[in-house]
Amino acid sequence: MTTKMFGAKVPRVEDQRFLRGQGRYVDDLLTDDPRLLHSAVLRSPHAHARIVDIDVSDVLDVEGVVAVWTWDDLTGPMAEPLPLLIPHPALTHGRTQYALAKDEVNYVGEAIAFVVAVDRYVAEDAVSRIRVDYEYLEPVVGIPAARAAKHAVHADVPDNVGARMEQENGDARAAIAAAPHVLTLDLDVERSACTPMEGRGTVARWDPDTSRLTVWSSTQTSTGVRGCVAAKLGLDLAKVDVVTPDVGGGFGVKINHPWPEELLVPLAAMTLGRPVKFTEDRREHFISSAHERAQHHHVEVGFDDDGRVLGLDVEFWHDHGAYTPYGLIVPIITSTQLLGPYKPANYRVAFESLYTNTVIVTPYRGAGRPQGCFVMERTMDAISTYLGKDRTEVRATNFIQPDEFPYEHGLVFQDGRELTYDSGDYPASLVKLKELVGWDEFEEFRAEMAAQGRKVGIGLACYVEGTGVGPYEGAHVHIETSGRVKVATGLTTQGQGHQTAFAQIVADTLGVRFEDVEITTGDTRRMPYAVGTFASRAAVMSGSAIHLAALRAKEKALRIAAEALEASEDDLEIADGVVSVRGTDASIDLGTVAVLSNPLRYAFDEASKAATQFSIGDPGKPPVAEDDEPGLEGKDFYSPPRSTFANGMHAVIVETDPDTAEIRILKYAVVHDCGNLINPMIVEGQIHGGVAQGVGGALYERMAYDESGQLLNASFMDFLMPYATEVPTSIDIDHLETPSPLNPLGIKGAGEAGVIPSAAVFAAAIEDAEGFPITSMPISPSELFELRLAHADEPHPTV
Amino acid sequence: MTTEQLHEVRLHVNGSVHEVRVPARRLLSDALRHDCGLTGTHVGCEHGVCGACTVLVDGAPMRSCLMLAVSAVDAEITTVEGLTEEDGSLSPVQQAFSDCHGLQCGFCTPGFLTTITAGLRETPDPTEDEAREMIAGNLCRCTGYQNIVKSVLRAREIQAEIQGERSRS
Repeated sequence: MTTKMFGAKVPRVEDQRFLRGQGRYVDDLLTDDPRLLHSAVLRSPHAHARIVDIDVSDVLDVEGVVAVWTWDDLTGPMAEPLPLLIPHPALTHGRTQYALAKDEVNYVGEAIAFVVAVDRYVAEDAVSRIRVDYEYLEPVVGIPAARAAKHAVHADVPDNVGARMEQENGDARAAIAAAPHVLTLDLDVERSACTPMEGRGTVARWDPDTSRLTVWSSTQTSTGVRGCVAAKLGLDLAKVDVVTPDVGGGFGVKINHPWPEELLVPLAAMTLGRPVKFTEDRREHFISSAHERAQHHHVEVGFDDDGRVLGLDVEFWHDHGAYTPYGLIVPIITSTQLLGPYKPANYRVAFESLYTNTVIVTPYRGAGRPQGCFVMERTMDAISTYLGKDRTEVRATNFIQPDEFPYEHGLVFQDGRELTYDSGDYPASLVKLKELVGWDEFEEFRAEMAAQGRKVGIGLACYVEGTGVGPYEGAHVHIETSGRVKVATGLTTQGQGHQTAFAQIVADTLGVRFEDVEITTGDTRRMPYAVGTFASRAAVMSGSAIHLAALRAKEKALRIAAEALEASEDDLEIADGVVSVRGTDASIDLGTVAVLSNPLRYAFDEASKAATQFSIGDPGKPPVAEDDEPGLEGKDFYSPPRSTFANGMHAVIVETDPDTAEIRILKYAVVHDCGNLINPMIVEGQIHGGVAQGVGGALYERMAYDESGQLLNASFMDFLMPYATEVPTSIDIDHLETPSPLNPLGIKGAGEAGVIPSAAVFAAAIEDAEGFPITSMPISPSELFELRLAHADEPHPTV
Repeated sequence: MTTEQLHEVRLHVNGSVHEVRVPARRLLSDALRHDCGLTGTHVGCEHGVCGACTVLVDGAPMRSCLMLAVSAVDAEITTVEGLTEEDGSLSPVQQAFSDCHGLQCGFCTPGFLTTITAGLRETPDPTEDEAREMIAGNLCRCTGYQNIVKSVLRAREIQAEIQGERSRS
């Protein structure tokens, strides 16, 4: 009997090539092709300027330079602005940049010219010889400057407002006015960024013999890139293949597309008739990819004596940078996912999405949820402090109860669908978390530490995450005559172990050996219909699609095997790749079933002889029946009515140094519910990584822009990403498995969860240690030190 | 512009000799990747902070993005491709990463593997704190490091198992 793979900690198959240095990332491709050319980009050194003139005359003198492009050299769709990927009626003033700047630059890092040369060194030499005359314009940096609107980022966008959006369920303001207690909070979160270890990169090769373009890109959406490349270069979709090789991390930034280079590289490859590569360097990643997180929030909340939220009114201002290619996804997610596991009786949210002369903003792991969670959880803590109640008690009072699912919030989510939670058990999660972190014993610990002159604090934060957004994913399963199973799904992989997790699903569904399954992701030649890897959707969407496709292949296998074994399909079972009649010795290998599924005229090996025309089939019937097709394959798509909602709770105990204000993590606990777990090892790895990224976002990382729009810390030397010494030494994790009723495997997404509650949970713990409110994140020791000075004269609040 | 002068450089990598012609400014990381075709060494920052490009130069961990290829002529260089055992099986450090889920996207992994390989030669029996210290100069954005620390300790365990087997046989 085949061992059940779903739910097992199966070691990852992809590790073998990664550990041997045999991974193939985009910059590794075509390295042995002597015709390969390399590229470099001239980027704006100014945050806001008009381009008066670009002089490239010195460039072509550089030996080894092959070509240079500016906007003037672009034609047709390439000369038009880049697509606005996700339009929304509220985005009344959406703007996107050009592949190469036309007339104006709006952030330091915006692409101006593209040079192709024999190697990157020479291409960079050439870039430095391009002369641009600029007429300087006033830069708009930061949310206060954008709101003040003394200067405009885009002359035709009044007040720097790209969008205004409001949603309401009930009458929040009336409920607040009538509530026994009211609190007001102002809460800020700063900019950060995904910063995967591998930056962006694209390679393209035009094959004149077949008139086909192949593009390899370090992207989170092969099909998205393919659609854009075909449209911009005026090619039929059928002429363009996009392949995503191994990707060195994404975390959201690589879902945006097409980047200028994703179009310029294929354009250059077609124009020059030679393969061309672009590999982003680290500084470029900081100034010309994407950031996220910066938002200012104003909260008014009305509640009763138990802390029950009667009315919640939130207004916030979202800094979306210089352009809006990804629409309003991030602020819409904040505005809806802010609600977490709670059910405020009345809720109103309104936001403005603002232009600034800084790098564009697109989703970064968590995508607006960390800010929303920060706002809601700070509000819960403020209510608890005000009422003198335990923070877990106030939360429990506001929880949606297990018998209230599906729970409708009366709002519209980021996918244009109703915000309706499918399942969860928040009270049970809270019980687990309290136990895991030692919530009830903490006061004892605090006293113990205080006796030693040490200051500690505890915090918790809860979140709900809409995962597995549509519209769909698909899968193709092919059982070869060898019995091996080749599976393709269109979304991409950036380290999540899809080759392992998806193979586990196929092994179980089909009844084959895990080792015989091979998964391909992100290759439009193998699966041209797909969306992408974002929003914790891969396991839910492609996992479900792969399960459904495997079921189809299995149905066909059973039908053919039943005929061959002269048995009823109902009596058959498949295990370890063998179909057998229950209770008998009669059996047939799936490989042989595959042979029988494809009637042949020509034999090419021993196995195929069995399928030739004198060997099989009823001579009175067509070899392939009218409603059938040759081959042992299954293909299917999964398209759910709406997202499935995972949830979790984090708690942290921190120690703050009484002298230096250094913040140390003593304990970190996570309770996580992402439905049924395919591979607990991989899920825990995702949580570890998310928590580390959250620690970075809460305590270390920020984008230090000066008032002229220069990013002062655009290197790993200055942007403080956590090393092993900054993260919790261990994370206590407990799982709850509340299956989703929306998909056949009962799974929910897990990828982003670890990072969502970080800002909230650290703010809560630091506040608990220090006794004054923490309203802005991230927080550094020097900022905490300043806060201590500011609050030095205040009496310690009673909690 | 004048033609860039090229230098004949003989690099000793993983026991093989690579004759390459490179300009003086060519980074060792680029020479390994693009001239020797050893793309297992990855470049994450090109300013010596992330450690992804770490290779062993005469056994010592070195950021290959901070070294010029022309200055590596007399050295024995080991890259991730050279870490596997002679029979092609994974080294104890490599095996430990697989056992402990010490990698996700795999991009930073070669730098960790080389760093730890050298680290365990210097500190063959590290405590957990020493294991953390060993990897404290390398960045990883996926794993949160907990499983990498575990991998260091597991590698020590595997090495001990192998030594035990050798001493028995």
